[in-house]
Amino acid sequence: MDENPAFKVGDQLILQGSDFSELIVRLKAAAYRVVGPMVRDGCIVFDEISGVEDLPAGFGDNQDAATYRLRQCDDMALFGYNNGPQSVKRFLYTPQREIWKARRNRKTVSIHLPDTEPVKTAFLGVRPCDLNAVLIQDRVFTRGEYLDDDYNKRRENSLIIVVNCTEAGKTCFCSSMNTGPRATAGFDLALTEILHADHHYFLLEVGSDRGLSIVAGMPCDHASDQQLRTAAESVTRAADNMGRSIDASGLKELLIRNIDNVYWDSVGHRCLTCANCTMVCPTCFCSTVEDTTDLTGNTAHRIRRWDSCFTMDFSYIHGGSVRPSAKARYRQWIIHKLASWHEQFGTSGCVGCGRCITWCPVGIDITEEARAIRQRDIRPAEVSETMEV
Amino acid sequence: MVPKKEKKKAKLAVWKFASCDGCQLSLLDCEDELLAVADAVDIANFPEASRAIVKGPYEISLVEGSITTPHDAERIHRIRRASKFLVTIGACATAGGIQALRNYTDVREFTSAIYASPKYITTLQNSTPITDHIPVDLELRGCPVNKYQLIEVVSAYLNRRKPNVSPYSVCIECKLRGHNCVMVARGTPCLGPITHAGCDAVCPGFDRGCYSCFGPKETPNTRAMAERFEEMGVSADDLVRMFRSFNAEADEFRKESIIHERQD
Ligand code: SF4
Ligand code: SF4
Ligand code: SF4
Ligand code: SF4
Repeated sequence: MDENPAFKVGDQLILQGSDFSELIVRLKAAAYRVVGPMVRDGCIVFDEISGVEDLPAGFGDNQDAATYRLRQCDDMALFGYNNGPQSVKRFLYTPQREIWKARRNRKTVSIHLPDTEPVKTAFLGVRPCDLNAVLIQDRVFTRGEYLDDDYNKRRENSLIIVVNCTEAGKTCFCSSMNTGPRATAGFDLALTEILHADHHYFLLEVGSDRGLSIVAGMPCDHASDQQLRTAAESVTRAADNMGRSIDASGLKELLIRNIDNVYWDSVGHRCLTCANCTMVCPTCFCSTVEDTTDLTGNTAHRIRRWDSCFTMDFSYIHGGSVRPSAKARYRQWIIHKLASWHEQFGTSGCVGCGRCITWCPVGIDITEEARAIRQRDIRPAEVSETMEV
Repeated sequence: MVPKKEKKKAKLAVWKFASCDGCQLSLLDCEDELLAVADAVDIANFPEASRAIVKGPYEISLVEGSITTPHDAERIHRIRRASKFLVTIGACATAGGIQALRNYTDVREFTSAIYASPKYITTLQNSTPITDHIPVDLELRGCPVNKYQLIEVVSAYLNRRKPNVSPYSVCIECKLRGHNCVMVARGTPCLGPITHAGCDAVCPGFDRGCYSCFGPKETPNTRAMAERFEEMGVSADDLVRMFRSFNAEADEFRKESIIHERQD
């Protein structure tokens, strides 16, 4: 075995299961904080890990609308689970952040910006759908007129290690959204875990120079054709077992012309307007700004906090909320995700991760709602001009 | 804009009606901030802290407790007249409190069972929230209130800004905190989706369902919530109990609880 082959970006390598811990060691040696999957309080969550022993070896999950249960698997795969409630969003676009702080001293007011040098972070175990969600948030926060400084800095300091899916969950539909189960671009490193009775290894794809700097000198071989085939087959198995699907053809036009469909009343009766769907969605980017002071009024803080189109305040203007009904709020969410997002950012706002289905307390299913509208499609001639809320 | 020092301090009064004093105690519990509060306002009336009563009018009145006696139904009007900014604090003041459970029974049965001479007891049949009697400027929810929200309201008033007390669901706080959802991941019934935020999702953080200490959120869909609980196997009796606890007289909860009452 050639111990130090000169790897390059685009290479497809084999990393033995027994050498996997070396990857984490190298990330840490390169001063990365490593954030990855771990079991906590009955779920697989994303948090800082100290080593390979923190990964959820042997854990999987059963998911369906409004249900998530951790389960023990027969094998010891490190990544044999599907997405948990959290995504990379929590780290790149934090739930709450101070924007500035102001102090009043006698006659002057001084404004202090937070010290926002983010820690270099490696995200290990990002699923292809979530990688695509990051690429979508990149469009929102790093391009165009409105840039998010904090997001940009965190993003620049991040390294993404994708793990392709070899099993799909019951609420997954990335195949329909073209975001998985295999990542094709945008990662620094991508892994596909292969577990046979007697052999545990990873196909390791090098996606960027940053990724290359980590694997350079690692004990890897180039993948053989047979190994590449095995990895491809594993990913195909996931694609063939998608729990859900959505018919994306003409979806945008369909939803927009059905804005007055009476069917929305049905979802309005079921929806709790609790906002869980937007909180867990890896692409939802809405936030609100809050100002606070201390009692003396000598210090003030401005913070940014995740917000949701399911709250009344979200659409509050003089005189009241524009979307007082649950029906109007659900319709806003699904139309933004699947339709108007295209106009804003040139892409769908949904990557098919299935979280909004699993984590909705009453199991409202975005794929079912889209299907229901398609079945009750109003022909263009019937579309009225008014939009009632 | 730097205001002149030596401004006259605002007078703050705390008033007690039918309640357990827990909300007033939240103010005393502000330890670190208590001195700052005492610095920022003149505490004119605060039964839990001192017997001294300073004469009105009061800039800020914090009203704890519900109305359960004819005398209190009178007294609350006098307090309203003497107060500029009146905030009701806690589940008793905003939704009748746990004592509003009597609204579903005949209160005379209790008085005759408990008191030797029930004829000396003057009490109203129902325990009602303060808003049933007078206009209220702000309602602060919780059983008890969250002390940080209490300080936030006082501080917002003193600094003439909008208080940050969001009326959305506990689920939003739960997700901001990064808790795993006990409804979805454990199958534990949780009232968080229809409950007013403010507690920072304490119970889900300890793997428990939300009991709705803060009462109904804005636009609470109690019907869909109860239907989901039924699917999860919650009995009709338990549904009545879930909707009839600390906020038994909150309109939406009262209506939902009646739907599940057994007719026997
Ligand atoms: S809308 Fe639902 S399925 Fe689509 S990306 Fe968001 S959470 Fe995932
Ligand atoms: S769906 Fe709602 S919360 Fe999500 S990005 Fe759109 S408006 Fe914001
Ligand atoms: S769709 Fe589900 S998760 Fe989203 S607001 Fe409605 S009830 Fe909550
Ligand atoms: S645990 Fe309760 S409060 Fe938290 S998200 Fe789930 S339903 Fe909402």
